[in-house]
Amino acid sequence: MTRCAAGLDRRSVLGVTLMLVAMPTSRAGDALPPDVAAAIREQVGGAAATEGGIALRAPETAENGAFVPVTVSVHSAMAGDDRCLAIHLFATRNPTPGVASYRFGAGIARAEVSVRVRLAEGQMLLAYAEMADGSVRRAVARVAVTTGGCLT
Amino acid sequence: MTTPRIRVPSSVKAGEPFEIRTLIDHPMETGLRHQTGQTVARRMITRFEAQADGALLFTADFRNGTSANPYVAFHARLAQTTTISFLWREEDGREYRAAQQVTVS
Repeated sequence: MTRCAAGLDRRSVLGVTLMLVAMPTSRAGDALPPDVAAAIREQVGGAAATEGGIALRAPETAENGAFVPVTVSVHSAMAGDDRCLAIHLFATRNPTPGVASYRFGAGIARAEVSVRVRLAEGQMLLAYAEMADGSVRRAVARVAVTTGGCLT
Repeated sequence: MTTPRIRVPSSVKAGEPFEIRTLIDHPMETGLRHQTGQTVARRMITRFEAQADGALLFTADFRNGTSANPYVAFHARLAQTTTISFLWREEDGREYRAAQQVTVS
């Protein structure tokens, strides 16, 4: 095994973490590290994101940061105008913030996706959902990591 | 090394949600990792597509935070018997495919 060489002190996000939890709504990327905010803007755009109607399930503590199971569920009928078009995942303290974007076509029955992500260290996971009416929802989860996911 | 694995029911009821689970064995090297002083070359699957009889059903764009052996599960519903096909594409163009017919009763 190789050792991770992640830059642990590259970003100071402790304050950001507290703000994220406290803010009911915010512009996508507000008060996040600049590269995280930029990655979110690139995928989601600048629309204001509301909390609620979206659940991000991840372990409080991940033993192995290389394979962290994550499920994102969006409250949506997936019919008519009540559709979720896409879910985007970001990690605040990985070497690069992007995890993935998932897009739903017409035959999708639930606005839900289960995946595995890798986390270099303990950090915040951010899930954004783009809805057909143009609204954006956001959920945040804090994940502690016992052994880092070796991205670097 | 890059073997797609799909778990798709062979038959479902019309309109009933069912789960599709997919995984492909792949290192998903970010190009950022070092091993014995050398950078491990980047090698990533960046695109996943599921199609239902040729119509896009679900897509994923994987970035560095997606784990090795990327796993994705989602829920579909069908009105009629359909072939679900899957495609994983590496950045350099290499592609891996799988498919299964789902009979609707």
